[in-house]
Amino acid sequence: MASTVRTPHPREKRIIFRNIDRPGWTNDIDCYFRDGGYAELKKAVTMKPEQIVNEVKASGLRGRGGAGFPCGVKWGFIKPGGPKPVYLICNADESEPGTFKDRYIIHQDPHQLLEGTVISCYAVNARLAYIYIRGEFPLGAKILERALAEARQHGFLGKNILGSGFDCEIYVHRGAGAYICGEETGLIESMEGKRPYPRIKPPYFPAVLGLYMCPTIVNNVETLCNVKHIVRMGGAEYAKMGKPNNTGTRLLCVSGDVQKPGYYEFEVGGITLGELIYDICGGLRPGRKLRAVIPGGSSAKVLSVADRYKIKSRQPDGSMLEKEMGLEEVPIDFDTLAAAGSMAGSGGIIVMDDSRDMVWALNNINEFYAHESCGQCTPCREGSLWMKKITERMVHGGGTKQDTDTLKSVADNIAGRTICAFGEACAWPTQSFVAKFRDDFVAKSAGKENGNGLR
Amino acid sequence: MSAPTQLLNVQIDGAWHQFPKGTRVIEACSRAGKFIPHYCYHPKLSSPGNCRMCLIEMGMPKPGPDRKPEMGPDGKPIISWIPRPQISCAQDIAEGMAIRTDSPLVKECRNGVMEFLLINHPLDCPICDQAGECHLQEYSVEFGTAGSRFLDEKVKKPKRVELGPRVTLDDERCILCSRCIRFMKEVAHDDVLGFVSRGSHTYLTAHPNKPLDSNYSLNTVDICPVGALTSTDFRFKMRVWFLKETKSICTSCATGCNTIIGTRLNTIYRQTPRENDEVNSSWMCDYGRLNFHYLNSPERLQTPQIRERDALVNSSWKSAMARAGDELKKFANGQIALIGSARMTNEELWLTKKLIESLGIADHDVVPRLGEADQILVNADRNPNTLGAQLFGITNENPGGKLSEIVEKVRSGAIRAIVALGEDLTEIGLTVDDLKKLSLIVATGILPNNTTRHATVLLPGSGFAEKRGSMINFRGRLQRLNRAVQPPGEAKDEWEILRDLIQQSTGSNGIYLIEDVFRQIAEAIPEMKGLSLSRISDKGVQLVEEGEEATKTPASI
Repeated sequence: MASTVRTPHPREKRIIFRNIDRPGWTNDIDCYFRDGGYAELKKAVTMKPEQIVNEVKASGLRGRGGAGFPCGVKWGFIKPGGPKPVYLICNADESEPGTFKDRYIIHQDPHQLLEGTVISCYAVNARLAYIYIRGEFPLGAKILERALAEARQHGFLGKNILGSGFDCEIYVHRGAGAYICGEETGLIESMEGKRPYPRIKPPYFPAVLGLYMCPTIVNNVETLCNVKHIVRMGGAEYAKMGKPNNTGTRLLCVSGDVQKPGYYEFEVGGITLGELIYDICGGLRPGRKLRAVIPGGSSAKVLSVADRYKIKSRQPDGSMLEKEMGLEEVPIDFDTLAAAGSMAGSGGIIVMDDSRDMVWALNNINEFYAHESCGQCTPCREGSLWMKKITERMVHGGGTKQDTDTLKSVADNIAGRTICAFGEACAWPTQSFVAKFRDDFVAKSAGKENGNGLR
Repeated sequence: MSAPTQLLNVQIDGAWHQFPKGTRVIEACSRAGKFIPHYCYHPKLSSPGNCRMCLIEMGMPKPGPDRKPEMGPDGKPIISWIPRPQISCAQDIAEGMAIRTDSPLVKECRNGVMEFLLINHPLDCPICDQAGECHLQEYSVEFGTAGSRFLDEKVKKPKRVELGPRVTLDDERCILCSRCIRFMKEVAHDDVLGFVSRGSHTYLTAHPNKPLDSNYSLNTVDICPVGALTSTDFRFKMRVWFLKETKSICTSCATGCNTIIGTRLNTIYRQTPRENDEVNSSWMCDYGRLNFHYLNSPERLQTPQIRERDALVNSSWKSAMARAGDELKKFANGQIALIGSARMTNEELWLTKKLIESLGIADHDVVPRLGEADQILVNADRNPNTLGAQLFGITNENPGGKLSEIVEKVRSGAIRAIVALGEDLTEIGLTVDDLKKLSLIVATGILPNNTTRHATVLLPGSGFAEKRGSMINFRGRLQRLNRAVQPPGEAKDEWEILRDLIQQSTGSNGIYLIEDVFRQIAEAIPEMKGLSLSRISDKGVQLVEEGEEATKTPASI
């Protein structure tokens, strides 16, 4: 399947990606069976649904889509025995620039996703699940359709699964090419056949008023795969991987100025940014120095190598310890990256060396967000395009003295004031690039007065 | 009996207020005198929360260890403020909720949204038809800044788009609040509008091959907060600040939608709905709204006329009245018929009743107008005051039921004279030849028709916007028409014409003002006891309990 077969790095811990690029591995159900496939589903249907929810809670699994919300807590929002049907949606709208992990799971190990999804459906009592896959993944959709047919044939889907009395069906729903469909309420609107305008929360929390105004759980592909392994290992055992509040493994997608970009899997917090760049990814290009890292997909705030980071962490004895460190020493986990002022996000790590023009880099990101803003609410609709227009002008030599401050102020007027998290996604790059590399921006516009003579 | 609504305590900018449970935050603030600017929010539509103009700071009392609110040194609950600003249009108040509408963060938010809304909006108010009633203009003054930091090119979008036969769209002026889309979907039940494209390039359009041609399309113009949607009929005809506004009601059907008539220099320019939740919510139909142009017609009858030999010639009111009185006296009781109109006001109908009595007329009725009801506002009865005509006995429970008998009597020669009040006799089945055979036709009217052309005495009257008076809608609600413009030429109010006609046979009857007519009505009709014409409030008075005489209320509005 994969064009280049790569051997995992010895430091990797491959759980979710165990079968990716595995020699002799194919994505059909027979291959999956030979590896003990669907054993966890067989185990799961002997458990009570709330037992599985409790195991997931005990595992400490946090969502792998970007926000890192605890999966068990999310599931706990679904009150058992409600009058409305419960839906589960697998968010396979992997669109965050720099992120390409879910695609490999779907292409090479679709049954792992299906098994995790059926188990999750069983846990939250969803009889119907959808895999919302982005329009740009036509092959992935085809593979999933085939895998679903295989699973149906073997009785892992449909009526009375494995004699448990539990009925479950999964359908693939293809998107039409909009980043905003990855926002869970936008995704739900899209599934309902409407424009994917994210819903206001309150009142439209998916767990209460989701798909067709019914309780709905939306989980990322990687998150759902983890559920299978939590059932296999038990929540407590799973939680031993990684560190407290940052458990399990994490798929990292490394792109940018490294010798060996690609996908990797490590225990959460088991590796620092420096180790990832230099030990795993073969370092930077010859003669280049590290300048910056975007650690969680393009919407995460950029981190500069010039900064020192004060990271507080809880010690095993419960005390808090503050440690100052450089960028390369920052471990890759949810809490540390948040403490460093960014986020683990979707696991897309974008590395930039000292050859990069930071204004150009931000403009590149701004172009994406201006193009993908759905246009529903004012600050994001107007602000994302405005920021792009400013950085584009700066890149092409039309910068004015006011641009740097205007950029920051525009971003500040978006973040926290929009319907959905896209507001932050489009504002954080500008806020962080201007804050961390202000000199680069000022230099781009030095000496030029405001073009139209206005204030 | 329903239980009294629970009152909740809410702190707004430091002061405590009480509001019923279920009150929207934005409404609570407004009632507390803290107006919150907004574009997308409309109390009659769903709340998408998309304009972000109504952002406020919100907090709830901080729970102590015992889960009861923790009290501060001032004895008031300590508020735990939500760090992010919240929209006030989509949330209901809660017990103990605290709101800040004038904090630095709130001001910054409003300022930011105003700036965003204006960067791609044309700044050409002097040539925009919305100027003067534009929320962008108003809030820009109050919450925006004078200058612009925007240096780049604005987004270009379609202009002068004919969305339908009556609505013109300028997409560059649209702020994408979606009010019109929601109105068409939720109220008009004709989901033809939508957004296409995305981000800042998003624009409003109608579905391909589906024009915005609903009979409610012009309501989108009313609720459009900016100059994007304009009435094709009204746009660029008159600056809105020149318009004199007169509260009145629509007379195009028995619903009696409450209206505002916009006039300047004795010309009507537009009619817009006026909110009345007992009648028309905030809406009216396009047909009723535009049904005023005939009042501006150059064809209007402006001078009394009398028939001399075979031609109608201009006359003074005095001669015309004398002629009508003299001619009517020539006929025996059974020889005169009267065709009244359910478009007349109560005052006119009351005097019609008096005229019928004074002339001893037995054959009288009104001309019914029936169409299809639309389950929204348009009533099957296209006459605005059938209930009034019934109440005063001009017709009975079967309006128009006597017309065929009257036609027969005309043809048999039993009826030789007809008093036609605002109605064309050829609409009740009489032919022009029948009219020619009649010995006398006394007609009132505002536009020429077969009856006015063959009248013996023609008395020009007034249109609905040219007179004061009251009507009773199909739900038994007494509502008032107010004079927005003067009738043209020498045309008169019908109530005066009728009074003078009666005086021809009875002498003075002590009626000098329309109030005197209403007083007589109020004395005679128990349901109107104690009322005067001026005392009918702007939103009318319910005369009969809902459901008694009234037809079913449409559930959709």
